[in-house]
Amino acid sequence: MTDILIVGSGGAGLSAAIHAKKAGLNVLVVSKTYPTHSQTSQAQGGINAVLHENDSIKSHVDDTLKSSHHLGNHYVIQNMCENAKATIVWLDELGVPFSRDETAHIAQRKLGGASFSRACYSSDYTGLKILHTLYDTCLKESIEFLHEHMLLNFIVEDKKVIGITAFDIQSGEVKELFAKRVIVATGGYISLYNGFNTNSNATTGDGIAAALRAGAKLSNMEFIQFHPTAIKGCNVLVSESARGEGGYIVDDKGNRFIDELKPRDEVARAIYEKIQENHEVFLDVRHLGLEKINEAIPQERRLAMDFAKVKLEEELLSINPAAHYCMGGILVNENAQTTLENLYACGECAQTNVHGANRLGGNSLLEIITFGQIAALHCVNELKNSTVSYTTPSKQFLNDKMFIKEVYSFPNQIDFYAQKEFMGKIFFKNIGLFRNDLNMKAVLSKIRQWQKEFAFMGIGDKSKIFNKNLVEFIEFGNMLELSETVVISAISRCESRGAHFRSDHPFEVKDFAKNSIAYKMDGILAVDFEGN
Amino acid sequence: MKIKIVRFDINKQPQQKEFEYEVSHSRLLDALHEIKTKQDNSLTFRQGCGSGVCGSCAVRVNGVERLACKTHINEHDLVEPIKYTKVIRDLVVDLSHQEKFLNTAKAFLQEYEVNEITKKDEKAIDIQSNCILCQSCLSSCPVYEVNENFLGPYVLTRVLRYVNDKKENNITEKLASIQSNGIWDCTLCGNCTMVCPQFIDPKNDILNLRTKSYQNGYTDPNLSMNNGFDTGFGNGDFGFNPNGF
Repeated sequence: MTDILIVGSGGAGLSAAIHAKKAGLNVLVVSKTYPTHSQTSQAQGGINAVLHENDSIKSHVDDTLKSSHHLGNHYVIQNMCENAKATIVWLDELGVPFSRDETAHIAQRKLGGASFSRACYSSDYTGLKILHTLYDTCLKESIEFLHEHMLLNFIVEDKKVIGITAFDIQSGEVKELFAKRVIVATGGYISLYNGFNTNSNATTGDGIAAALRAGAKLSNMEFIQFHPTAIKGCNVLVSESARGEGGYIVDDKGNRFIDELKPRDEVARAIYEKIQENHEVFLDVRHLGLEKINEAIPQERRLAMDFAKVKLEEELLSINPAAHYCMGGILVNENAQTTLENLYACGECAQTNVHGANRLGGNSLLEIITFGQIAALHCVNELKNSTVSYTTPSKQFLNDKMFIKEVYSFPNQIDFYAQKEFMGKIFFKNIGLFRNDLNMKAVLSKIRQWQKEFAFMGIGDKSKIFNKNLVEFIEFGNMLELSETVVISAISRCESRGAHFRSDHPFEVKDFAKNSIAYKMDGILAVDFEGN
Repeated sequence: MKIKIVRFDINKQPQQKEFEYEVSHSRLLDALHEIKTKQDNSLTFRQGCGSGVCGSCAVRVNGVERLACKTHINEHDLVEPIKYTKVIRDLVVDLSHQEKFLNTAKAFLQEYEVNEITKKDEKAIDIQSNCILCQSCLSSCPVYEVNENFLGPYVLTRVLRYVNDKKENNITEKLASIQSNGIWDCTLCGNCTMVCPQFIDPKNDILNLRTKSYQNGYTDPNLSMNNGFDTGFGNGDFGFNPNGF
């Protein structure tokens, strides 16, 4: 029997898999995509760790806490930062080709909000190289994968998670997989901002939605980070380094209107306001000259060419802000345990009490690797003498098999793709950089309408083989579930804090220095606030 | 603008058929998405990051391997799945060969060795470790036409990435694993280098691996085959033996 079933094969899932396998456990990794197709590949900037004496762990902890706007948990952050050096060493010894400085030490650079240069990096491809090295290591360790299997639901018996149901995308079959422990590492839910985000289209929060359905608590779902500079039209991210190197943000008259080096949120809001006034906004690096551009931001130059057909040294690049990262997710404790027995969560799908109201650059890669390890090692300790009993077929499996069968005969009177596109628009506009009660309630009523209409939607593709139409329909169902939690959490937080900015409550309110907790009770969604 | 897509469905007759679509987007990935969501829900393709790093959307456009997310299309362009692997449906192909090849070639760090890594050492494996496993190089490689077990460009590039990594203490096994169906089977045509979206040069990497193999005592089996050629002089015995043995 599988000891640990890991759902998701990005940085967090693979970190958990390697640690669990090396501890001698029987590991199975199940994932909707291939590992190297995961969102982790897109992380550019770096991974934070205090490696030198001139920096200090206290400073890393303080920076993280400050960025969290009093929502981060000191103990959890302290633990992550203390172990960060060991985490980097572990990755380095697996083969991650971290860039070196002149003295043959791991090079570090300064990212926004950090007091020191503490982000270790691998050229402009930190996430890509970490992800691929972890994947190579998994092959070396003979870790078993089920690729392109989408999580449907957790199998819960006697209030314990004992496995999952999964949809085999290639064959169209529903499967049930049992395990002593399940670690969910399925990524964030930024695709709610469909068409207005920098992420992979696969980030539809499937694991978080399944956890909510199974009875787990979610937390801080309202906190979404927006990045100021994505290429207009395709939302490909242009790294902060373009501004760090002296690039300007200008309007359509060529005028600068914001200090480009202010925090991401402030720059993003200023750009958004301009666009709302029907102005176009551009990134202007022409004054840096070709030589400097090639030396300092070659990747940005290539992206502008590939995705916008713009030569940065000669032309302006049209940009807009875009949703970038989810701080919220499945609530976990310091051991990565969710509120459901035997279910762990790590990576962007988990709310680990590290990022709070806003994430510090360079902390996301650190968090996914750290908590992948924490989840795996806690499972290892727990699993001594542990057994799980189950009956097959499980009720969940029969339900899900029936559901998939029924979807084929759903009437498809309402086109869910059009609704998904509309969801992205109203989310970006109303649950975006500026929020207010009235607009958010209008979005909520639209979501509730969609939830009622779900059975009138459906699929046009009736094939069993590699039915992506069906996969995307199930994803949309998950998005409907999660969008409600995001909006209700955002409505409930009557203040502005970190990435959550309310025009009708523009200041931080002390009483709200708490985490929002969303959960379902008898099918009804509730949101509370709890201290961290 | 009109584009043509070669589609495949195992349950239809004929299984493979060319379809034409009217699209308004000029980026191929957006055009595919437009067809799927607005014209035909059954069009099937892989996609992910949309920014050229996840490697999931490689297809062929007018016969040349491209990432759909980084390709701007023109009128009457022909879009097909990549070659030399089974088509599962439309533009989605089987990827199961990937892990088989990577395992065979031991394309991972086998034995960590403590060593000083300089900027120069890091640069030596920088480009090779930018590979996104998009399969473009494999699809462009003519060797697969005759040898489906060929380890192929990206696998060999990945082997060189670890062979050149000063952290690796076991290059012997790696070199041994790429002798058969590996470096000597490459025709050095350079197609892989031409199509790589990450500007990797697998052809040159394979040449590097050949040099390293020579240095470790391996020989090109294609040359040793020539040793069987009868020169007419017997087995190197010229009838001249100055030492009188």
